Amino acid sequence: MANEQITREEVEHVANLAKLALTDSEADMFTDHLGKIFDVVTTLAEVDTENVKPTYSVTEMHTVLRDDVANNAHQSQELLHNAPEHQDTLIKVPAILDGGAKD
Amino acid sequence: MAVPNFETTIGLEVHVELKTNSKAMSPSPVQYGAQPNANTNVIDWGYPGVLPQANKGALEFGMMASLALNADITRDLHWDRKNYFYPDNPKAYQITQQQEPIGRNGWLEIEFEGQKKRVGITELHVEEDAGKNTHGTDGYSYVDLNRQGTPLIEIVGAPDISSPDEAYAYLEALRQAIQFTGISDVKMQEGSMRVDANISIRPVGSKEYGTKVELKNLNSFNYVRKALAFEENRHAKIYMSGGTIKQQTRRFDEATGETVLMRVKETADDYRYFPEPDLTPVHITDDWVEEVRAKLPEAASVRKARYVDELGLEVYDSEVLTQTLAMSDFFDETVAQGADPKRAANYLMGDVNAFLNEQQADLENTPLTPAHLADMIKLIDDGTISTKMAKKVFKAITKGEDPVEFVEKNGLKQLSDPAVLTPMIDEILDNNEQSIIDFHNGKDRAVGFLVGQIMKQTKGSANPAVVNKLLMAGLQARKPE
Repeated sequence: MANEQITREEVEHVANLAKLALTDSEADMFTDHLGKIFDVVTTLAEVDTENVKPTYSVTEMHTVLRDDVANNAHQSQELLHNAPEHQDTLIKVPAILDGGAKD
Repeated sequence: MAVPNFETTIGLEVHVELKTNSKAMSPSPVQYGAQPNANTNVIDWGYPGVLPQANKGALEFGMMASLALNADITRDLHWDRKNYFYPDNPKAYQITQQQEPIGRNGWLEIEFEGQKKRVGITELHVEEDAGKNTHGTDGYSYVDLNRQGTPLIEIVGAPDISSPDEAYAYLEALRQAIQFTGISDVKMQEGSMRVDANISIRPVGSKEYGTKVELKNLNSFNYVRKALAFEENRHAKIYMSGGTIKQQTRRFDEATGETVLMRVKETADDYRYFPEPDLTPVHITDDWVEEVRAKLPEAASVRKARYVDELGLEVYDSEVLTQTLAMSDFFDETVAQGADPKRAANYLMGDVNAFLNEQQADLENTPLTPAHLADMIKLIDDGTISTKMAKKVFKAITKGEDPVEFVEKNGLKQLSDPAVLTPMIDEILDNNEQSIIDFHNGKDRAVGFLVGQIMKQTKGSANPAVVNKLLMAGLQARKPE
């Protein structure tokens, strides 16, 4: 584990998934930062967890559920007002169709 | 139509939208057709600092689907985040059940080409739907978040299907099974049922599967079948010319009937799944499972058996009546209101279906009620109205009128009382001596003429069976010397 490193390609790939445009120097910087974070996190791998059940929540609570009752907050006007742009009651965003390709 | 020398492997992933009152992770209403963004709140918009609130009803619907599909219910589960960026999902992740699906190892029985077959159900996940984008021609897209957060169940079928036609049969059976649980409308045209398909082909006898392709934009069962048939042939052509199939996602083009490359598939790693930290794990007890099982409505297969064994219907009739939950419920209710089952079945399969086709309506959205249909059938059975008059009465009950009142108001009551009919018949016989002679000379036409006279005099309201009996008696009594 300890000798695994974050590569610059991985940083660029993750940035791409997050729709972030990184400059060359930013990509270098994040490769360095993420590498250090990764090193810190890998020290956890040294702990023996052989007999520890997987933990999905740090509280002791479980099965906290809401009854299926509808409650309309009637907030759509305020929410639309906060959107950068809207038309009637639709949110207006830059075109997001990433056109199909022929093979 | 299979491709020669190849065998086809198909697995279907079906999403059904759940008819809960509220969304999966927020209390906003779930409602089809509302004004865009009217059913949204800060949780649906993914505002900073908001927390999801998992809906118990959605989880129970997931349990119901699992039970209906013979799957094991996972007792200890947690939610996971599936991360991706798209404007129809502002919080940039979907809450789903990647590691611990609510149901596992189920099966669905289908009937195909006269054979019964079990198709495996690998997993069922409860998860959130995304909003809806409309793409404008003006360089903008428009987002409606009403659907964002609506609970879904993803039903992952095993790759047990070996032809496009069998895939169609599976989808029909799955729609019926889910519809009869009452958890979803399962309507392809409204998007409450959606299908993605995986298909690969391999040479007959080969141990390894071929490379699979995922198909999307399949908006009807028929398009699923067409797209799969197109892919089967495309793969075979490529393999036979020595080429290889690339793993990719393709979209079905309805206009050309062909599939088109959509995008190279993101790998599962790209979704960076991790356990959802904002929700607690869920433990499902035996008691809870039994409580949900008790709420599960009678399955279509059980109803079919009951119609045949207890109500004496033909097998074919039982199948027609259980094609939709609405029809089956309507039939049960009509019988419960005292109608003869056979007659109720005939009306539903005949006049009612014809009426629905003509109106392009769903049974549950018409003014026709089981009580009115049952009352009309009772009026036929006790001789108050003839089946001919029933045509008029049927028209009235499809408009929501009460059949008993309608018959009363319009004087449609059948005249069956011999004390009224006998003097009338005697008078007609007295005035038609030639017909009596003709009858006794073996001319049957004379009877038709006399019945016609009686019908004319009673304006068609005489009960034909009673008239016939009284007329015959009168004719025999007047045998000429």
